[in-house]
Amino acid sequence: MAKPKVMIIGGGLAGLSATMKLAELGLDVDLMSLVPVKRSHSVCAQGGINAVNNMTRQEGDDEWLHLDDTVYGGDFLQHQPPVKEMAYWAPKVVDLMDRLGVTFNRTQEGFLDNRRFGGTLYKRTAFAGATTGQQLLYALDEQVRRHEQSGRVTKYEYWDFLGPVLDDQGACRGCVAQDLVTMEIRAFPADALILGTGGCGLIFGRSTMSMVCTGSAASRAFQAGAKYANGEFVQVHPTAIPGADKLRLMSESARGEGGRVWVPRKPQDPRQPRDIPESERYYFLEERYPEYGNLVPRDIATREIFNVCTKEGLSVEPGRLCVYLDLTHLPRELLDRKLGGILEIYEKFQGVDPRDVPMKIFPAVHYFMGGLWADYERSADGGLVAGSPRNQQTNIPGMYAIGECDYQYHGGNRLGANSLLSCIFTGLFVAPGIETWLNSLPHGTAAEQPSSLFEQARRQKQQQHEALLARDRGTENPYLIHQELGDVMTRNVTVVRRNDQLREAYEQICQLEQRAARASLSDTGQWTNQNVVFTKALMDMFPLAKVVTKGALLRDECRGAHFKPEFAMPPIHTEDPIERRREAEAWCDRFEANNKKWLKSTIAVYGKDGEPQISYEDVDTSLIPPRPRLYGLVGAEIIEQVWKERAAARETSPSDGNGAAGEPRSQTASTAH
Amino acid sequence: MIASTNGTSIAERFTGKNFDVRVLRQDGPGRPSYWERHRVAYERDMNVISVLQRIAAQSQTSDGAPVSPVVWDSNCLEEVCGACTMVVNGKVQQACTALVDRLLSENPEGIELRPMTKFPVIRDLFVDRRRVFNALKKVKAWIPVDGYYDMGPGPRQSQAAQEERYPLSQCMSCGCCLEACPQYSKIELTRRERESAAAFDLRQQAAWNQAFIGAHAISQVVLFNEHPTGKMNAGERIEALTSSGGVQVCGNAQNCVAVCPKEIPLTTSIAKAGRAVTVYKIANFFKR
Repeated sequence: MAKPKVMIIGGGLAGLSATMKLAELGLDVDLMSLVPVKRSHSVCAQGGINAVNNMTRQEGDDEWLHLDDTVYGGDFLQHQPPVKEMAYWAPKVVDLMDRLGVTFNRTQEGFLDNRRFGGTLYKRTAFAGATTGQQLLYALDEQVRRHEQSGRVTKYEYWDFLGPVLDDQGACRGCVAQDLVTMEIRAFPADALILGTGGCGLIFGRSTMSMVCTGSAASRAFQAGAKYANGEFVQVHPTAIPGADKLRLMSESARGEGGRVWVPRKPQDPRQPRDIPESERYYFLEERYPEYGNLVPRDIATREIFNVCTKEGLSVEPGRLCVYLDLTHLPRELLDRKLGGILEIYEKFQGVDPRDVPMKIFPAVHYFMGGLWADYERSADGGLVAGSPRNQQTNIPGMYAIGECDYQYHGGNRLGANSLLSCIFTGLFVAPGIETWLNSLPHGTAAEQPSSLFEQARRQKQQQHEALLARDRGTENPYLIHQELGDVMTRNVTVVRRNDQLREAYEQICQLEQRAARASLSDTGQWTNQNVVFTKALMDMFPLAKVVTKGALLRDECRGAHFKPEFAMPPIHTEDPIERRREAEAWCDRFEANNKKWLKSTIAVYGKDGEPQISYEDVDTSLIPPRPRLYGLVGAEIIEQVWKERAAARETSPSDGNGAAGEPRSQTASTAH
Repeated sequence: MIASTNGTSIAERFTGKNFDVRVLRQDGPGRPSYWERHRVAYERDMNVISVLQRIAAQSQTSDGAPVSPVVWDSNCLEEVCGACTMVVNGKVQQACTALVDRLLSENPEGIELRPMTKFPVIRDLFVDRRRVFNALKKVKAWIPVDGYYDMGPGPRQSQAAQEERYPLSQCMSCGCCLEACPQYSKIELTRRERESAAAFDLRQQAAWNQAFIGAHAISQVVLFNEHPTGKMNAGERIEALTSSGGVQVCGNAQNCVAVCPKEIPLTTSIAKAGRAVTVYKIANFFKR
């Protein structure tokens, strides 16, 4: 039998950690990336990586609570066994990265320093300055270079994944890809294909994501038959710096240190911000949330900023949506000492000193909780079976998904500093399963398959490529269509979602897709043609844009990042104790009924007509029973009380499967984090 | 707000107007380069990336002649990936942090874009920087851990040590230091008739390894040799710096540190590495 081979698409944290671990297991790995792997999007992550540590442990923390925070933060939409496995692996992941030389910040005694992040009570986040993602990526990049030097790993940088090669049984036997320099299209036989290709920020036009985050690889896998799950769950970060080319993150710490968000009361007041008196400024977060002020939870801040600009028309600028994030009232010395790093970023990109002039910020699409559907094998203790070939495998045998392009770990909403963890964890954890898979290949290795299988797949992509180059010079411009798609998606499918708008957006996406089919190329050459590569990526954005939009349209509830005001759970205002009790009971009834209906993964498949077909799949919530997220809701106390009584009552009677009820554990964490 | 020389802001001066962009283009390796002029409508908060995006969308020169989009390399657009390095108005830098207002305030005539000169042009502003990554192989820029099984935490390190290493570990292999270095010169080989791709790669690698390795890789040696585990193999990295193209080639022009976008103390690293090489050579002399 020929020696089996693994192909990994994507050289970010997930792809690199998988490469490194597979190389250690003695397997030959091909690693393919659109960019030199050291330039992958993972470098943009700033905050840190979560893991229970010795200190938090002594404060009562443990892996179970990390699991609890993650599924509570995700509004219980994750299957819990993979999340449990990740939480229990997290300390090992951080230890390994430490050994690989990551320049983590240190305590004065020389231990890893930790900071506290959103959605938890513990200081669980290890970090390396404000560039944790970059530092982690570099450590993995270095290890992979070491294996490249020893001949175990072959890199294909500046290559574009065009699609998997599937055999007659529908199993994955490799892929077809295109060299971005020479434009050569080649088939690569592989016995396992791993996609670690990140998110699809570019379907929203501009986002906090890098230029390679088009989602094209995931889309091509989807169009070849892979299931795509929870596509509608898109995290929008409240504060980003709008730019003509991309939206850059502005850390939450700016508000943590006293930054105030406001807009002029007079719409698009032309005066300089410092000339607008206090009385004519609208500090809308402080006015609406006197208790939390500018530090309301992320999703609320995002929604309010979005509303004040769109619904209320109070954007600072006429042609662009933004609000002021003002630090100018704070002493320069404090700003330099505590926020120096992030203020320099603003200054570098805006050419304006935020110590003197308020920053202009707006929410931006930041992370995709959804992605390619992936499997797992549950162990007896509620984690995963190590070495199972099912772990991270898509519904296409032999094709795997890891990192952000896999849907499994963040449910309806991702906690900060959990993404770096899920990327590295899935990369490491998938490797022994791949080894098992390679030892049990049902019909021989890919190299033993008839060469016609690969030649046919290659030729099909070659023909598509040439047809695109040969298109008549039409009137449609792919770059402008991309801008329009971004506008439609950003306006209708981000922060606040309404069914009429979603329906309309879906129509517009379909029209844009038809127009894109007529878009012609301004470069028809066969050498480093970025025009044709972009146009292909653009066409592959539509299937995912439809998955996101249709999933959002069909899901008539609020969960995590998915917010539909029409279906929001009501607050309880009444003071009358009997009435309060009655309303809380009704609230909990409604919550349970809603979970029965909607606590399900959205599963999209690519239909024969090119439209996504949506169905739903039960979620394994057997470890931690779902409970209401009540943060900031008026009447939370009485709802929580009723809910706890019900949970206690349920402990004496058996569970009824999916949804609201489950096996409660004695160790139930508080609902109000 | 960035002011131009006569006091009015660049935004006030250019809003509703166009500005000129001159691009040095080249259709492929070995082909002649040529200048092309584009006109771009001014918008606020533009950087060179957004200028190139507009040029790609327009795909015509300032004379209205249809042309293919200018090719360039980019990814993160936040100056952490290093991809979009090019020569903007004569200065090597990342296109993402090259702000149009600043460029126009320095030179209202327009903006001039050229590819880096120390690397072979693939097309237009896109150059082949594989040599940069090859240098990291030559100096073994990694921590040679036993493996990736759980062995507990890494070695304890002081805050001071972390603060020394962290700036060095921000190197994004962009190549600015190499573009500015008088000792670093372009290596552009072409494949010979009947030479296999593998043989060509080997010949190319040999040429890279003979020539100056550059400030970035020397600094990486310091980064890894200062790590408690990395230190165990310090000799191998120093050995790489004593060979042809090593630290001795540095002419101390100090251009590298002046252009580094991450303000990495490259000359300090070079001095440290130089001393380590001397100590290493003396030690070896007495070992013989």
